[in-house]
Amino acid sequence: MAQHTDHSEEVQVVPANKEKIAKIWKVAGLLAVVTAIEFAIAFAPFIGREVKVAVFIGLTIVKAFYIVAEFMHLGHEVKSLIWSILIPFIFIVWFIIAMLYQGDNLYMWG
Amino acid sequence: MSTSATVAPATKSIWGGGEAPLKATYGKLMMWFFLLSDAFTFSGLLITYGLIRFTFPSNDSGLNGGEFAWDTTKWPVPEEVFEAVPFLHNMELPLVFVGIMTFILILSSVTMVLAVEAGERMDKKAAQKWMLWTLLGGIAFLSCQAWEWSHFITGTGEEVDFWAVINGKAEMIKVTGASLPYNQYGPPAFADLFFFITGFHGFHVFSGVVINFIIFYNIVVGTYQRRGHYEMVEKAGLYWHFVDLVWVFVFTFFYLV
Repeated sequence: MAQHTDHSEEVQVVPANKEKIAKIWKVAGLLAVVTAIEFAIAFAPFIGREVKVAVFIGLTIVKAFYIVAEFMHLGHEVKSLIWSILIPFIFIVWFIIAMLYQGDNLYMWG
Repeated sequence: MSTSATVAPATKSIWGGGEAPLKATYGKLMMWFFLLSDAFTFSGLLITYGLIRFTFPSNDSGLNGGEFAWDTTKWPVPEEVFEAVPFLHNMELPLVFVGIMTFILILSSVTMVLAVEAGERMDKKAAQKWMLWTLLGGIAFLSCQAWEWSHFITGTGEEVDFWAVINGKAEMIKVTGASLPYNQYGPPAFADLFFFITGFHGFHVFSGVVINFIIFYNIVVGTYQRRGHYEMVEKAGLYWHFVDLVWVFVFTFFYLV
């Protein structure tokens, strides 16, 4: 084992990029704040059910955007990769529309 | 034949080979496309939830000053079902516990980004530290979910009327807690979807914890240091963020809406 060279000693550690780390925490703070807002709205009186649902879905998409674009780094990939991931979600949009339309016929109570 | 020289076309396509058009490695791309297919699965489950939920009327007995009562023919209000927090018995704290769970998962996603960032700098010590936090976050989330499930299954102890089919005849029975065929909170489909969707997500968290442990082990023994790059941390990170992403949607559509 004497001749075994441990490369880990040679690897140069790059000093932390403070700006990058600050940005990570900023996104984390944003996600926490949005969750807190959702929480507050869930118990806010005088807000109609439909308005609440619309706000929840909007804020969920905001959170999803930040997780995918920043945490998963998709926002910093090349355009063709971004579109290869996003375009297939057309099928999900279609599925939602189709099920909303079909769902009306399944209501059992009236 | 040797006199005819091949001339390379002036405008060479980036798809012509010898280049990575998406500027990402094979492993990373495959992880992205796996996650895309997984997103389809979860979308299918959540849309199914929405479809079945709106085939039932809402249990709005608690509205307009009325007292809330369980009704197994109507869809329950999540605030009434998920209102317990460990160690705080007999206190109604709607959605507080699931809020804590959401926060834990978001935090473990943050520590994962920090581990990836440390890996990019070849900083073994920092990568090790953040990976351990991510691992702990995942285990904490799973423990919370175990508590949530056992509370859901045990129920509140109230006896609620439920129309069951016994020997081909409809009979009124009393139920408390939840199982696949019946539950006290609402229609059987409510508990079924709860078990299936949070269970499927929980299984993703569990496999994420296993993957994260393997990554953590490899960081500690120096595998990636010898390899010269920490891309495996990034790939596991993609999976882990996806698990967080799915929870964001489960939180909204199961607990808020």
